[in-house]
Amino acid sequence: MPESNKSVRQINFHITRYNPEDDRTPYVKTYTIPVREGMTVLDGLHYIKENVDASLAWRFSCRMGVCGSCGMLLNGRPTLACNTQILHIATTDLTVGPLPNFEIIRDLVPDLMTMFDKHRALKPYVARADDAEINDPAGEFYQSPKELEAYLQFTYCIKCGCCMAACPTLATDARYLGPMPLAAAERYNRDTRDDGRGERSKLAGGAHGAFRCHYAGECSRACPKGVDPAKAIQHLKRQLVLDYLHLARRKRPCQKVHGPGQGKPLPNIPAAPVKTV
Amino acid sequence: MRETKYWTWHMAAGVVMLFLLGLHMLIMHLGGMTHLFAPIGGEAVSRANSLFRDGRLFFTVTYILLLGVALYHGLYGLRTILFELTLKPAVERLTTVVLLVVGIGLFGLGAWAAVVTHAIAIAGARG
Repeated sequence: MPESNKSVRQINFHITRYNPEDDRTPYVKTYTIPVREGMTVLDGLHYIKENVDASLAWRFSCRMGVCGSCGMLLNGRPTLACNTQILHIATTDLTVGPLPNFEIIRDLVPDLMTMFDKHRALKPYVARADDAEINDPAGEFYQSPKELEAYLQFTYCIKCGCCMAACPTLATDARYLGPMPLAAAERYNRDTRDDGRGERSKLAGGAHGAFRCHYAGECSRACPKGVDPAKAIQHLKRQLVLDYLHLARRKRPCQKVHGPGQGKPLPNIPAAPVKTV
Repeated sequence: MRETKYWTWHMAAGVVMLFLLGLHMLIMHLGGMTHLFAPIGGEAVSRANSLFRDGRLFFTVTYILLLGVALYHGLYGLRTILFELTLKPAVERLTTVVLLVVGIGLFGLGAWAAVVTHAIAIAGARG
């Protein structure tokens, strides 16, 4: 269908505005804009900024649900503005607000530093005793596809903060680590190359760690990438309890098997085409 | 690992409570059907039936165990709720200590009552 033939509908954007330099509290301002089929909320915000109110602030980057910058509260649900089409969630009115459970920097821009501080504290990287090998790899660690599958879904997290905004525990307990950092901890705990579970457990099993999770499951419902942080937290709890009861299987991190490029090639992989340049 | 320890015992206490409260339901609330531990007949809560149960060591131990696990489970739950109010670390520590003292106090009182009742029931049975 040609662009010009698509029906245009007027949608009222009720946007939370807040400038800490001028405003004492956030307030809602309404903008009515023409919306065509296929327009995302991010497109709508751009339209407002370019044609109606240039002072509106929000955060975005990739426009394709990869960078995790444009997390915001749309009609009461935390999600990404770039992969939410306006007409999928609104017929006449759309409320747009900043992610809850975070301080507001300005308008729709949340301060995600608290989340990243917690994330960093849980050592979200492969931690091993052999630092030299990690910093200057001389070989490859063997990891089977099944072992990869055990943590793969948790690697899809883009740190958008939607799960943190949806978490009811975090709404009252600001020191609770939250779904994203805990899911990241579980992602590395499950990685067979990793040996840092003991260090992460000190924090993850602390007074504001995994055991504060009520298993409301809102984090998993909110995640725009289909990650299941609630599941990760339950796994984390189980692992912590098994460790405490000394029932956990002793896991040694996987070992280096061979040098780079010296591995056994997988069968039935066609040869690379002949170089033409 | 302290919080892991607290939570593990919280879960274990919940499982024990499930069993003991099931027993309580069978004896006290479904007594009309089950007639469990009510040899005198009539209501399970009648004085004679109560004295019969109080005189059994099994029930005294069960009362004390139920009291212990219920107090632990409940007070840990209360502590969790309080901790979600974003208390200062010093207030959190104080909360833990206060709940521990309250729990031990109530457990001591309840255990004493169960033991005394057991002694009275045995003395009554001997005439």
